[in-house]
Amino acid sequence: MQVLPEQFQDWFAAKGWSIHPHQQDMLSRADAAALLLIAPTGGGKTLSGFLPTLIDLAEGTHEGMHTLYISPLKALAADIKRNLTTPVAEMGLPITIDERTGDTPQSRRKRQRADPPNIFLTTPESLALLTSYDDAARMFCGLKRVVIDEIHALSESKRGDQMMLALARLQTLCPNLKRVGLSATVEDPAAIARFMARHPDPCEILLADPGPAPDIGMLRTQEAPPWAGAGAAYAIPAVLAQIKQHKTTLIFHNTRAQAEIFFHNLWLANDESLPIGIHHGSLDRDQRSRVEAAMVRGDLRAIVCTGSLDLGIDWGDVDLVIQIGAPKNVKRLVQRIGRANHRYNAPSKALLVPANRFEVVECMAALDAVLAGDLDGDPRGAGPRDVLCQHILITACAGPFDADALYAEFTTAGAYRDLSRADFDACLAFCATGGYALRAYDRWQRLMQLPDGRWQLRDPRSARDIRMNIGTIQDTDTLKVRMRRNRGGKPLGEIEEGFSATLTPGDTFLIGGQIVKYEGLREMTVEVSRDAAKKPKIATFAGTKFATSTQLSARVQQMFTQDSWPGLPCHTADWLRLQRKVSQLPQPGRLLVESFPHDGRAQTVIYGFAGRNGMQTLGLLLTKRMEELGLSPLGFVATDYATLIWGLEEVDDPAPLFDPAALYDGLDTWLAGNAVMKRTFRASATIAGLIQRNTPQARTSGRQATFSSDILYDTLQKYDPDHLMLQITREEALRGLVDFGRIEEMMKRVGGRIDHRRLSRVSPLAAPLFLEMGRVPVQGEAEERLLAEEARRLMSTSGLANIGPELAESKR
Amino acid sequence: MNAHDFTLAGVPLKALNTGALWWPDEQLLCVSDLHLGKSERIARRGGVPLPPYETRDTLTRLAADLALTHARTVICLGDSFDDLGAALALPEDEKLWITRLQAGRRWVWIEGNHDPGPVDLGGSHLAELPIAPLTFRHIAEAGASGEVSGHYHPKARVLLAGRRVTRPAFVYDSDRLILPAYGTYTGGLDTRDAAFRTLMRTEARAVLTGKTAIALPMPRTSQ
Repeated sequence: MQVLPEQFQDWFAAKGWSIHPHQQDMLSRADAAALLLIAPTGGGKTLSGFLPTLIDLAEGTHEGMHTLYISPLKALAADIKRNLTTPVAEMGLPITIDERTGDTPQSRRKRQRADPPNIFLTTPESLALLTSYDDAARMFCGLKRVVIDEIHALSESKRGDQMMLALARLQTLCPNLKRVGLSATVEDPAAIARFMARHPDPCEILLADPGPAPDIGMLRTQEAPPWAGAGAAYAIPAVLAQIKQHKTTLIFHNTRAQAEIFFHNLWLANDESLPIGIHHGSLDRDQRSRVEAAMVRGDLRAIVCTGSLDLGIDWGDVDLVIQIGAPKNVKRLVQRIGRANHRYNAPSKALLVPANRFEVVECMAALDAVLAGDLDGDPRGAGPRDVLCQHILITACAGPFDADALYAEFTTAGAYRDLSRADFDACLAFCATGGYALRAYDRWQRLMQLPDGRWQLRDPRSARDIRMNIGTIQDTDTLKVRMRRNRGGKPLGEIEEGFSATLTPGDTFLIGGQIVKYEGLREMTVEVSRDAAKKPKIATFAGTKFATSTQLSARVQQMFTQDSWPGLPCHTADWLRLQRKVSQLPQPGRLLVESFPHDGRAQTVIYGFAGRNGMQTLGLLLTKRMEELGLSPLGFVATDYATLIWGLEEVDDPAPLFDPAALYDGLDTWLAGNAVMKRTFRASATIAGLIQRNTPQARTSGRQATFSSDILYDTLQKYDPDHLMLQITREEALRGLVDFGRIEEMMKRVGGRIDHRRLSRVSPLAAPLFLEMGRVPVQGEAEERLLAEEARRLMSTSGLANIGPELAESKR
Repeated sequence: MNAHDFTLAGVPLKALNTGALWWPDEQLLCVSDLHLGKSERIARRGGVPLPPYETRDTLTRLAADLALTHARTVICLGDSFDDLGAALALPEDEKLWITRLQAGRRWVWIEGNHDPGPVDLGGSHLAELPIAPLTFRHIAEAGASGEVSGHYHPKARVLLAGRRVTRPAFVYDSDRLILPAYGTYTGGLDTRDAAFRTLMRTEARAVLTGKTAIALPMPRTSQ
């Protein structure tokens, strides 16, 4: 057993700490090629990862970089730097530490490449960028360990795939590199181990004591939650009372817009002027860091936040976590709860606050799942090839490469262990020539082969564009928001371009907890002024989209079959009884379909309980049938439980919609033309380097030069339907967006037993669906009809219809 | 014919839903901003190798409009090629295709800012072409009347019950008509842009292309 050196023992003793058992275990196994620690939040995870590094470096003999630390969040890298600096300074260790993220200034980046620190803290994107430089070998020379923090979060996304490909490169440069992964509690540690170890190396897994069970419940309020609604305004007094009773409270929301509304309402009710802050990803960076700093100092009593605070930042003395809105994912809920009582062996305390009555049911189901230790998750499947394409280009930026060696290197990444040579070659061909059936770019290849067979960039200047495009995070295009002043006022944050386009001067919306008035757009910046309005128009900027749980869906369906609900609050039991009275509750083995008018549209709700991807697939299938039957569907939205479709014509009889033969007939064509597929294509084509990320400069300079990615998609569909990018688009859709298996299973389960309820208005159960995000538009006959109507209306209101002879409309 | 009928300088014209302009009295078809060979030009300049099918797609649509109208005269209103190099680099079969389309009709290439010189393809090359009372040129000129031009790639955006529909569009008033870009790899400039506000009269109309040609007042309110 490796013993803690005296210097460290003394330091621990001076702090009044003793080494945790798993920290000792990590130290003893420091020589493992790959080592994964699963520990609850607050278990001293980070120190466990760094102890062997600090001990190794304490001797002062190591030259250059020793340990690379990768975290999914920039803020986390900064936080870790602070935390490491304390022991290093107090023990007087000869260790240099520096961080590099997208926010690091140019001068410091240069210095880091010339003289790398012993401990280097970064993010997957910055790491990928560093491996694209020709001096990467020199910068990472001598690297012994890599510590991947919050690896459970990274292993679920393309950011993680990109990181592992970059690590494969580092492992080639430094063959003895040891990998350490730090993870929160997850359902399948072996999957993360496979993901992080160099294939086929084994990976040891250390399970720390999970600590006491969390103390978690639903917040009791005087007021009943509304039928529909996402703001949880009813719970404001009760939440404020909780804040007063605790030292520091974190209040999590599922979306940024909800966080803004809640913060606004909380502030209006905050008669004691308690210090309360807001933190989410759309806020300006300075504003976020101010809140973070105040939090660390312990100046804030509460912080209203979103997923941007999800990961293991050390926020000091949080003693209560409140979750507003139903947790869509049990695993994430458990990890959030871990934020409270950031001390090992103290139970975490958390309260769930459902925003509407359907969410009461969901919260109950989630609580049951937490008690049963039932974490959700789906296996992710093989590594996506769009990321692979990007990595081939990144590799080319660093200099000429050998295709055989690169293929071998890629297959050491766990997610790509089963990558076939043919698939790799297709990606290489795509990067080199576009990989089109029509050979058009023999003269202008992006990558070309040298006489010795190695590949390199034809035009070295293209490296700049490739580097600008590094990353796998899909930002929707956003615009900066500023106070209007003479010379550029205070930046407030960002809103989606789509949202800004719906604003007209004078409109008000919430950002950073204040109501602002839209003044105008200047050089791609939204200018606003302060406004004293009471009720804002709300910014619909997107928050985190949640992967949802199939376990929850089954639990909720189960609850609907009960005769009565003694476990639920009265108001929610009453609400379910009302649903039973005006319509009915969905029954196992049958399919409930409700149709009713709302918002001037014919609405249809199908309660299929097939999970979000399944229900989204059902939306695609049914809108295709409705279009064929002349029902003019306009769009749909799916949740785990139901699909809501709106259109121009009422559904009289749902049976023909569900005719299995007709449902699937011509589906490929419909699917190919759908907005969901186009969105998927856009994301993958951007990652793979077919579409350049929109730079602000490109967006301001004459828009007619750039054209929509939909055009590329349609062109490929028409002329090159087997092209790699379309293959990837289909793979991606099957991976996360559509699920035919669940729908076929649902069809079998209901076997044509459809309960159709035609109602005069929204049913209690359907009401929350109108707040769901992720609406998918259908571009069919309905759009043409609406457009024609709108044109007629505009023509008559403008009086253009009867303007003089020059402009008069002649015969049609 | 799926078109919006209107008059310019007393001349009855049809804005086809395909983005082409049809002048029945002259049996004349006019298209603008084809940008043929765009993918080749981008790749040549070290850019991304885009799907190299835009020329055949654009020509396919043009052939369909010719088959529909049996035009005796065709005017390509400038920026027909993404640059002069792209015209030279067109694959042989695409050049032959253009030659076949030209057979038996008058064909005029108006110069654009992207293709400011003659190309080695049939047809005549002109800076602009007056056919009284209309004048065909690439870029609109201040104070002109009876002018047909392209260049700006106008597109119109309409808000329909919470969704945005954006389509390439003709814009016209009593003095001038601006054609949408006909080429497959083209984007558009919103009619709310200052360029259109200064060029077009307040009563200007936009004709949306797409499934059907739909006319409405040109959207121009500043954001």
